[in-house]
Amino acid sequence: MRFSFLSLLRNALAGQSLWTPQWPQAEPRKEYDVVIIGAGGHGLGAAYYLAKEHGITNVAVIDKGWLGGGNTGRNTTIIRSNYLYDESVGLYDHALKLWENLSQDLNYNVMFSRRGVLMLAHSVHDVQVFKRHVYANRRLGVDNEWLSPEEAQAYCPPLNIDPGARYPIMGAALQRRGGTARHDAVAWGYARAAAERGVDIIQNCAVRSISRDANGNVAGVETDRGFIAAKKVAVSVAGNTTPLMDTAGIRLPLESYPLQALVSEPVKPVMPCVVMSNTVHAYISQSDKGELVIGAGTDQYTSYSQRGALHIVEETVAAICEIFPIFSRMRMLRNWGGIVDVTPDRSPILGLTPVPGLYVNCGWGTGGFKATPGSAHVFAHTIARDEPHPLNAPFRLDRFRTGRLVDEAAAAAVAH
Amino acid sequence: MRNTFRLPDTGRIDRGKPVSFRFNGTQHTGFVGDTLASALLANGVHLVGRSFKYHRPRGFLSAGAEEPNALVTVTRGAGRTTPNLPATMIELYEGLEAHSQNHWPSLSFDVGAVNDLLHPLFAAGFYYKTFMWPRSFWDKVYEPFIRQAAGLGKSPTQRDPDIYTSRHAFCDVLIVGAGAAGIAAALAAAKTGAQVILADEQAKPGGTMLKEHPARIDGAPSDTWLHTSLATLREAENVTVLERTCAFGVYHENFIGLRQALTDHQADLPPDQPRERLWKVRAKAVVLAQGAIERPMSFSGNDRPGVMLAGAARTYLNGHGVCVGHRPVIVTSNDTAWQSAFDLAGAGMSVSAIVDVRDTVAKGLVARADRAGIAVFTGSQVLGTSGRLRVSSITISSPKHAGQKKIACDSVLMSAGWTPSLHLWSQASGAIAWDDALQAYVPDGGLDGVFVAGAGSGKFGLAEALVSGWRAGAHAVASAGFELTAQAPAFKVRGEAISSPATPALTHPQGRAFVDFQNDVTTKDIRLAVQEGFRSVEHIKRYTTTGMATDQGKTSNINALATSASALGVAPHEAGLTKFRPPYTPITFGTLAALRRDETFQPVRKTPIDPWAEDKGAVFEPVSLWRRARYFPKAHETMHQAVARECRSVREGVGMFDASTLGKIEVVGPDAAEFLNRLYVNAWTTLKPGRCKYGVLLGEDGFIRDDGVIARIAEDRFHVTTTTGGAARVLTMMEDYRQTEWPDLKVWLTSTTEQWAVIAVNGPNAKRLIEPFIEGIDLSDETFRHMSYAEGTIAGVELRLFRVSFTGERGYEINVPASEGLRIWDMLHAAGADHGLVVYGTETMHVLRAEKGYIIVGQDTDGTVTPQDAGLAWAIGKKKPDFVGKRSLTRPDMLLPDRPQLVGLLTADAGKVLEEGAQVVSDWSATARPLGHVTSSYWSEALGRSIALALVAGGHDAMDTEVTVVAGRDMASATITGTVFYDPKGERINA
Amino acid sequence: MIQIHCPYCCELLPEQEFAYAGEAHIVRPEDPGALSDEAWRDYLFLRTNARGPYHERWRHVHGCSRFFNALRDTVSDRILVTYRMGEAPPAPPSEEGGDA
Repeated sequence: MRFSFLSLLRNALAGQSLWTPQWPQAEPRKEYDVVIIGAGGHGLGAAYYLAKEHGITNVAVIDKGWLGGGNTGRNTTIIRSNYLYDESVGLYDHALKLWENLSQDLNYNVMFSRRGVLMLAHSVHDVQVFKRHVYANRRLGVDNEWLSPEEAQAYCPPLNIDPGARYPIMGAALQRRGGTARHDAVAWGYARAAAERGVDIIQNCAVRSISRDANGNVAGVETDRGFIAAKKVAVSVAGNTTPLMDTAGIRLPLESYPLQALVSEPVKPVMPCVVMSNTVHAYISQSDKGELVIGAGTDQYTSYSQRGALHIVEETVAAICEIFPIFSRMRMLRNWGGIVDVTPDRSPILGLTPVPGLYVNCGWGTGGFKATPGSAHVFAHTIARDEPHPLNAPFRLDRFRTGRLVDEAAAAAVAH
Repeated sequence: MRNTFRLPDTGRIDRGKPVSFRFNGTQHTGFVGDTLASALLANGVHLVGRSFKYHRPRGFLSAGAEEPNALVTVTRGAGRTTPNLPATMIELYEGLEAHSQNHWPSLSFDVGAVNDLLHPLFAAGFYYKTFMWPRSFWDKVYEPFIRQAAGLGKSPTQRDPDIYTSRHAFCDVLIVGAGAAGIAAALAAAKTGAQVILADEQAKPGGTMLKEHPARIDGAPSDTWLHTSLATLREAENVTVLERTCAFGVYHENFIGLRQALTDHQADLPPDQPRERLWKVRAKAVVLAQGAIERPMSFSGNDRPGVMLAGAARTYLNGHGVCVGHRPVIVTSNDTAWQSAFDLAGAGMSVSAIVDVRDTVAKGLVARADRAGIAVFTGSQVLGTSGRLRVSSITISSPKHAGQKKIACDSVLMSAGWTPSLHLWSQASGAIAWDDALQAYVPDGGLDGVFVAGAGSGKFGLAEALVSGWRAGAHAVASAGFELTAQAPAFKVRGEAISSPATPALTHPQGRAFVDFQNDVTTKDIRLAVQEGFRSVEHIKRYTTTGMATDQGKTSNINALATSASALGVAPHEAGLTKFRPPYTPITFGTLAALRRDETFQPVRKTPIDPWAEDKGAVFEPVSLWRRARYFPKAHETMHQAVARECRSVREGVGMFDASTLGKIEVVGPDAAEFLNRLYVNAWTTLKPGRCKYGVLLGEDGFIRDDGVIARIAEDRFHVTTTTGGAARVLTMMEDYRQTEWPDLKVWLTSTTEQWAVIAVNGPNAKRLIEPFIEGIDLSDETFRHMSYAEGTIAGVELRLFRVSFTGERGYEINVPASEGLRIWDMLHAAGADHGLVVYGTETMHVLRAEKGYIIVGQDTDGTVTPQDAGLAWAIGKKKPDFVGKRSLTRPDMLLPDRPQLVGLLTADAGKVLEEGAQVVSDWSATARPLGHVTSSYWSEALGRSIALALVAGGHDAMDTEVTVVAGRDMASATITGTVFYDPKGERINA
Repeated sequence: MIQIHCPYCCELLPEQEFAYAGEAHIVRPEDPGALSDEAWRDYLFLRTNARGPYHERWRHVHGCSRFFNALRDTVSDRILVTYRMGEAPPAPPSEEGGDA
């Protein structure tokens, strides 16, 4: 049933009896044209675009757990495209443009909220770095603007712009088109829209290994429900990429780290936008439900435990109270961890692998959610055509050999 | 109608200490020992809040931390507003001021309640299905409306005047929960001399013992046993008893976070005392004695004010001497609620009925009810309740009465069983198993160093708590390496409350029965989620939001699970369980931040000369952890004017600059030169003692990491300087290679950053200024030429003197012991008047170095720049077979001709100072090629024009090319030049 | 916060005294100049990133300042054993430990 106010009304009158499952419980078939491993936003989205834009519908999305249960359902949902390098801006802004229409495209309200993303500068060095971002983005026609401390506070009233603060706010870069979205709805919306086009979504089915034929080409996947043959296999499993790709004999430059997030108790609207500070290591927004949603930096060691340490939370909350002293009496309601896979240049790997028929989408680090529609869209293109879309070509695996890195972290984080 | 619900002779409050307080502006009275909840109930107040979505009127569901409904905002003066506090956990104090939340215009008349009438439209997940048309309405209309409707209390709007603190603690046994089980565990553990911490979230330890009619333990009244046991524990030197202390999370290896409330319960806030304390406890063993939480029954209208948990009613009665109603009806699926009926009847209430869903109930219970004159309905279900702001009747199905029966009442006390608190057990990675008799999960198997006792383990009753508590304490202390020789007490219990929580699986009604009260999730919502294909409990939770409210599902999770399982057609344990995430109860941000606040948020590093700069009114800037003087404005000077003056004076006379923040590492040993040779790009073995060299350090990826002047003090000794922010990184990198790659090299490293104060003296008069004070060094240009190093004294103080320049002028860097830095600075400053001395800051330093094309690592480089890119290929030791990063310099991408390369830019308009970060493009057209960006840009006072450095693609081969520089809408023409703008021949160095 | 036994200080100490230093036993090639671009890439960037027991380096940065090696289970985060630089790496336990 198509979602609309009318369908809500009809169901309200019919005791909700007309609603049907948003996606069927699919059992794995023996063979697919494409098997996508990982039913997060990226994997489900790729299946959706394969079906919608490339006419490939004999597709299965397989997940070891429930769909949307990985980083899609664990992140702080920040969306922005104001990266530094043209390659990054190209990919993330492609995503941002898709975000702007995603609810209508999927017929599922993903609550993309253009409330603006404010990135705080706390030193002369920050100012130089963020202004470089602003001007680089503006050159490409991507919105990003520089605000004085007073302008920043006008945009985000709870901000503490006291020049005597430990890390005074010396200005901020604002991307007005940035914002947040409802993370679960992204997975569900893609799942429903993909299933409607014939994609099988197979939950609670762990892939044990990726199989290759005698020629070295991809043959399918071994799962705990048996072998599933596939002409093409696409991997989109974030923090678990390394163990899975190991089964295909592919080593990737990745390390998996715990990343924590937390929410406060819900309160009436107080934070009108997203605020990020790299210098004090914290980011914050307020969900539509009223919770302050707060993210931290990663723990220091690699881990698959989905569990972080308390001192990271202490440091993060201290940073939030430093920028927003009025939140000191707010209370942390819930704290959780995810596993993020990090590449040496903090940019994703998105494209072909040395194994014919095997494609990989990984290495998004702490920022993969924002790219979801764009990444899924170009990943589908890559799978369908067996060649990268121009937007993900720079994110090929080979860059680690040539040295042509897209090093967003180095460009932003080196202090003098 | 004041206090008509307070009973004369029951309860454990202090009747000698009346307390007045205000709720929504109305004055009430209670007693010390009351919670806000019990005091309001004593005053007959049941309506205390509105629910999240439907704004339904709500009262108290519970008497503890699990409370989902009765959330209030407490205010006590400026900045001390705290939203969303459960009234059940607020201790009453004189002058307490609380307000209800989430309503407009008033609690009893709330316009938001219109949502309740429209509830068929607002079923689970409705917002995913609408608000999409027209697209632009989402940002401007729908979302602002949703956001305004959501949220409970209001955030504070002022800075929090309270302070918070934290501490680490180490113990042998940490016991969470000081009920009967926890206390018994503590008694056992304490006997061995082990260090024991006993923590309880309540104001008074005792747990359920304080909520029930007194029983007898080994012949003594339970209250006496409690009193004696606590006294024993408090007196023991090896035991710490922490009240008002909630264990909120278990982290790796028995690392537990506790939140201790210190002042919120006090009428007069003690000055300068922390409000809360964060305890970070590392325990060798942990005993979890957290008890169990009662579950509400699911029936239509189970959320009206006056409908509450049967055990809560017993707590209010036995704990606070408050009856929650004069005519209660009990609704239950297990025996425990019968005790509530008997206790209330015993206190003189007229219990209207006991409604038990079970067909057969123990004969003894029925007989007791008969004796108390209470009507009993077995095999009955609740069909609904009525009453707008307070329940007034209940309708049940009654096989006896062949149909329905409506019973008038003023309260409904319900129990659908008890759920052991598994939060911390589960966070500690303990396994759980479904217990069919309890209809709940219980701990399954063991866990290293974690032991569960009492109701939390699924074993109910006072006797069981004492016995299992002692046993857990004994096991815990044994696992911590202590031997318990003492015999367990008999723990003979008489007269304990009915404690069997065994319950049949409940059928779940079709009506609007609330599961998650705060988030307004009904059984219907859960069924709808399943109908729509959400089959995992995590999906159901997220789609309906059940269990995601401020109580985190303490009362709702099992009911939600049971409803989900029934809708899915599976057994509850097949449906799974959502993950328990910390914290157990919400924890104040301030408590987590604790001492990391304001000036102690992160330490500010200050140089020995910093007080002088502060005294002179310097404007500071943060540079990594340091603060550095940026410029020294004279009265009414702008930064531009001050910097121009400082620049002029340095080039014409002499300037002094505090360079103490420079990182300094002493590299010592016979292999010191070889070590530096392998690390830095330069050749070091040929550097003579007494000479310096500019060093460049790469990462293995070939990109510039750091730079700085390095002096060879002796054959086996180097004084290495690093960038201000890079000192720790460089030392780490050096240690890494020294210890793990080249352990054979005989070399030692010491950070000396803070040992030396560094005064840079630059300008044509530099030598004249310092010479009179220096002994033991011949400063003549023949013996002490540029890039020389020598040791001597200055004004009798040990001196390391560098002849180096970061300005292009004759320059000296005076290194003296940090303790002497300020004195030498003062002395030179006093002598400077004759030489045209100026003190300059980092901004002028930046301008002067840019005029000479000296780079700042991190500003003119960004972690993607090779020495060739930066024009520093000359620094590379050509004969060296290898150094860190060398191999990367020949990777394919490093050899491309169009890499960004550092060049100078001169604007066509000499007065135009470019923006740093501005984009360099090929021309003015819309199709211009991007070339790079401006890294440094200043007004050059010496040249009377602007200058800039930029990274430009292929820039080294594009001298004199005209480019366009774009900063948003601002565009300018510029010409690519070399990077040295001032004194290209380098003559000033000896001027 | 995990606990780490420093094999030089011979004490079990909290994680915050230590700095993580990545995978262990990755030796810098003797002659990097002789390496192909592929081999150099592998040295620079490829890490095992094992799920389960993992040989890695730590530095007791707020203590003795020494680098040392550890075998840690990346599923439970628990350190199984630590050992000094230059000592032979202990074999991972045959069964994967820790909770999933």
